[in-house]
Amino acid sequence: MPQETARRSEDTGRGDTDGGDDSGAMTAGMQAEQGPVAGVFDLLHPPSGELIDDCVHCGFCLPTCPTYLLEGIETNSPRGRIYLMKAGKAGEVEMDEEFVGNFDACLGCMACVTACPSGVKYDQLIEAVRPQIERNWERTRADKLFRTMIFSLFPYPSRLRAAAFFGTLYQRLGLHRLLDATGLLERLPARLRAMEALLPDLSMRSVVARQPAFTPAVGPSRRRVGILSGCVQRVFFGDVNAAATRVLAAEGCDVVAPRSQQCCGALSSHAGREPEAIARARNLIDAFESVEVDTVVVTVAGCGSSMKEYGVLLRDDPDYADRAADFSAKVRDISELLDELGSVAPRHPVPGRVAYHDACHLGHAQGITAQPRAVLATIPELRVLDIPEAEICCGSAGIYNLVQPEPAERLGRRKVEHIEETRPDAVVTSNAGCLLQIRRYLDAGVPLFHPVQLLDASIRGTDLSLISADQNPSSTT
Amino acid sequence: MSAQLVDVDHQAGVVTDELAEELRRRLTPDRIITDETRLRTFECDAITGYRVVPALVAFPETTEEVAAVVGVCAREHIPYVARGAGTGLSGGALPVAEGIVISLARMRKVLPPDVDNQRMTVEPGVTNADISKAVAAHDLYFAPDPSSQIVCTIGGNIAENSGGAHCLKYGFTTNHVYAMTLVLPDASVVTVGGDGIEQCGPDLRGAVIGSEGTLAIATSITVRLLRKPEDVQTMVADFPSAAQAGEAVSGIIAAGIVPAAVEMLDELAIEACEAAVHAGYSLDTAAALVVEIDGPAAQCEEDFDRVQEICQEAGSTHVRVAADAGERMLIWKGRKAAFAAMGRISPDYFVQDGVIPRTKLGEVLARMEEMASEAGLRVANVFHAGDGNLHPLVLYNAATEGESERGEELSTAIAELCVEMGGSITGEHGVGTDKACSMPKMFSEDDLEVMKRLRAAFDPTGISNPGKIFPTPRLCGEKPGPYREHPLEASGQIERM
Ligand SMILES: Cc1cc2nc3c(=O)[nH]c(=O)nc-3n(C[C@H](O)[C@H](O)[C@H](O)COP(=O)(O)OP(=O)(O)OC[C@H]3O[C@@H](n4cnc5c(N)ncnc54)[C@H](O)[C@@H]3O)c2cc1C
Ligand code: SF4
Ligand code: SF4
Repeated sequence: MPQETARRSEDTGRGDTDGGDDSGAMTAGMQAEQGPVAGVFDLLHPPSGELIDDCVHCGFCLPTCPTYLLEGIETNSPRGRIYLMKAGKAGEVEMDEEFVGNFDACLGCMACVTACPSGVKYDQLIEAVRPQIERNWERTRADKLFRTMIFSLFPYPSRLRAAAFFGTLYQRLGLHRLLDATGLLERLPARLRAMEALLPDLSMRSVVARQPAFTPAVGPSRRRVGILSGCVQRVFFGDVNAAATRVLAAEGCDVVAPRSQQCCGALSSHAGREPEAIARARNLIDAFESVEVDTVVVTVAGCGSSMKEYGVLLRDDPDYADRAADFSAKVRDISELLDELGSVAPRHPVPGRVAYHDACHLGHAQGITAQPRAVLATIPELRVLDIPEAEICCGSAGIYNLVQPEPAERLGRRKVEHIEETRPDAVVTSNAGCLLQIRRYLDAGVPLFHPVQLLDASIRGTDLSLISADQNPSSTT
Repeated sequence: MSAQLVDVDHQAGVVTDELAEELRRRLTPDRIITDETRLRTFECDAITGYRVVPALVAFPETTEEVAAVVGVCAREHIPYVARGAGTGLSGGALPVAEGIVISLARMRKVLPPDVDNQRMTVEPGVTNADISKAVAAHDLYFAPDPSSQIVCTIGGNIAENSGGAHCLKYGFTTNHVYAMTLVLPDASVVTVGGDGIEQCGPDLRGAVIGSEGTLAIATSITVRLLRKPEDVQTMVADFPSAAQAGEAVSGIIAAGIVPAAVEMLDELAIEACEAAVHAGYSLDTAAALVVEIDGPAAQCEEDFDRVQEICQEAGSTHVRVAADAGERMLIWKGRKAAFAAMGRISPDYFVQDGVIPRTKLGEVLARMEEMASEAGLRVANVFHAGDGNLHPLVLYNAATEGESERGEELSTAIAELCVEMGGSITGEHGVGTDKACSMPKMFSEDDLEVMKRLRAAFDPTGISNPGKIFPTPRLCGEKPGPYREHPLEASGQIERM
């Protein structure tokens, strides 16, 4: 049984909502009195029965699911998870450790969405289940503590920067003392080690790089775009943002980076921390509305996929529902926008072989696989290589490699093995999480880039090897 | 020896906590599942109409571990069911209540291929497609190609003697398996088969293939690999009616051409495939034939031209030839997604697997259409036209009062129509739970008796996948025949959705 009755939150500020497709309208009071009524789920947008019923149980999604690939246990597969949603909704199983563990183990990589011939919208299903678990399941103290720590660190560039600057997080936050005191050392260190190991070398000037608030187009302006600075991105990959701004300007965009913007809430949203995600979404919408742009461009796949879902996230908010939908319609991944605009800036050759890694949140979640390749193909003498088993996640998956370090490591190593089979000079991918994860297992001699960094080098005529030695923080571990 | 199978219920042991503990020790604790939540996800295969929750699921990783689990089952008289990827379409991997499911999904090792002799040994959990992938660099492949090949396992393939589009020319799984290591129901480990298809002595290998997990569990399989043909040509021909497409098929065979594959899809099936894959099938045609010719380049070209002519003579309105390997793969991806894509056009479906003499195609299709409109239901058709293996998909909505019953009736009537026309109830999906009650329609009592005797020789106590293939009073009521609610359903032990 759910450990807590559904908490209908003033803090989400959702106000009165219609309980969604299956549940009909209800009020906070009713919720509190009746507790969960859609089986193990409460009435606040339980996973939709109609979407669940689209699944014909054919199993075609099994081989692309990283957790099934690792474990061979069908419960940990899309088909198994959808089956449990159905059983959960019918009240035939309980929300117990196995139930929750099975959904926690899902990377949210959405490979199953791409694989499913019946068009099952697993993305919408899992996004409905996660907040249900956060609301209705009491996590262990250790788990709660760790999650709270992540979410009080990552989304805040200043804290992250500070933590990164002042030695290892472990010592900086005095965590092992805390853990000792709570007797939780047993489970946590693997996770903390994972966290430490992920952080790249940060004595880089990129850590302090700030983005200019306005960068005018080179030549006549073709579009006015806002750029998301990101939280992790801003701290660890400041150079990516700088490169993106230069490329956009060179391709005729006025680039605005609103100072008031903060974390987009993607990490929170993918972890089911809905109230937090909602608050962040509202802030970001406000920030970009204040600067009036045609397009909001994102360099991090995970952020982009979340921002494209703001319309759904804020559907119940009378003040924001329409604005969120408008905002989502304006969001573009940088490769998507550059492909749409077509190039005007001349290119210089960047000779070399680069392996392109499809970030799950770009390829599976946003269906963007052709555009980054098309954009890279505009660079003379650059050969773009496809990686075997490209559809399988690298194990980064938001905060997954922090909360589930063991499977994440196996997936990371597996990915890097496949990357190395292509014998690349460099690896390219469009997501901060993947960059960090792959860096950890990849031969230190092979640099990693965001596609926009290669474009920037090509437009400016800088040498690829020069970038790798000098400007790319991710390549110097 | 008595051919009477022992009804396991009378003496079956139970999975106690101690027994689960013993299995945890024999394997590892994380590879034994007994909690009610996770057990639910093993209660059915791809036919969700039959569901039984097992008492325990074990995930062995070696032959010895499989034998250890089977040994415990034999000692305690506990029924067990092998499970591959659970894509079966006849309820073959349906668990037995209070029984054990032995999942082979973690046995995924592939030994290095013997390239010169074109064979390779793999574990049972390796997927059909991964076998071909493993030897692609040597220009070899594994020929049987069920539509579910990216997910179904070689263990499931041998159990069902699975086939696919290319079996018209190359034969079914049984033609491509040389040898197997088996764990028998008394936990002994034996090897059947040898280095080639032709072997001396009784063909035990052949007996086990297609026995749906009732005789043994295969833990290692040596498969035969074929060299990739020099040339492959693929086309999609549209026809204004299924009957005309059928004529074209007969014309092709009559011309002495042996295509690698001849597949037919009707309008509804095309709609679902296109929604899923966007393979470029015409949406406004009553039927489409996918024809593939392979072999030496010169022969291939000649046959391919002839096939195009035959299609045109039969009234084809449009022929699309795959320009390259990429287009060909897309055409096949579309065709192979057909069942799995049904969710796009209907919430629920029954799939039949009837075989008819090819010459009766037009007639059967016409009869099927009449029957469907009488029942007020839609039937999508996708089938291996070359060998007359039909897969009519009866579409229904379980949420609409009475529709599942009508769908079930129509589906059974279609299967019986196939037998009436001189055909069979199953081509490649197996009998399993789903068609056990129809077996007497195909086989005489004596025929069935011989099969049961063979079964009893391997499994005298009837613990290996009991209740499958053979009609039992439990499953079919007193008189085997078309479906009626059976006692287990009435008692709530199994359900139909
Ligand atoms: C969308 C879709 C399309 C399909 N298309 C085709 C097709 O074109 N052609 C075709 O022939 N089939 C097709 N099938 C049916 C199915 O994929 C095949 O029957 C397949 O061989 C089953 O393999 P599996 O690994 O899923 O086996 P399961 O469903 O897990 O098991 C099937 C049977 O095999 C037994 N078994 C499993 N492993 C072993 C083992 N190691 N030793 C002994 N017995 C074992 C089980 O006990 C059970 O009786 C399709 C299914 C789906 C869902
Ligand atoms: S591929 Fe789609 S329809 Fe098939 S089991 Fe997976 S989610 Fe369900
Ligand atoms: S999102 Fe990824 S991990 Fe989760 S079920 Fe789908 S394929 Fe598996």
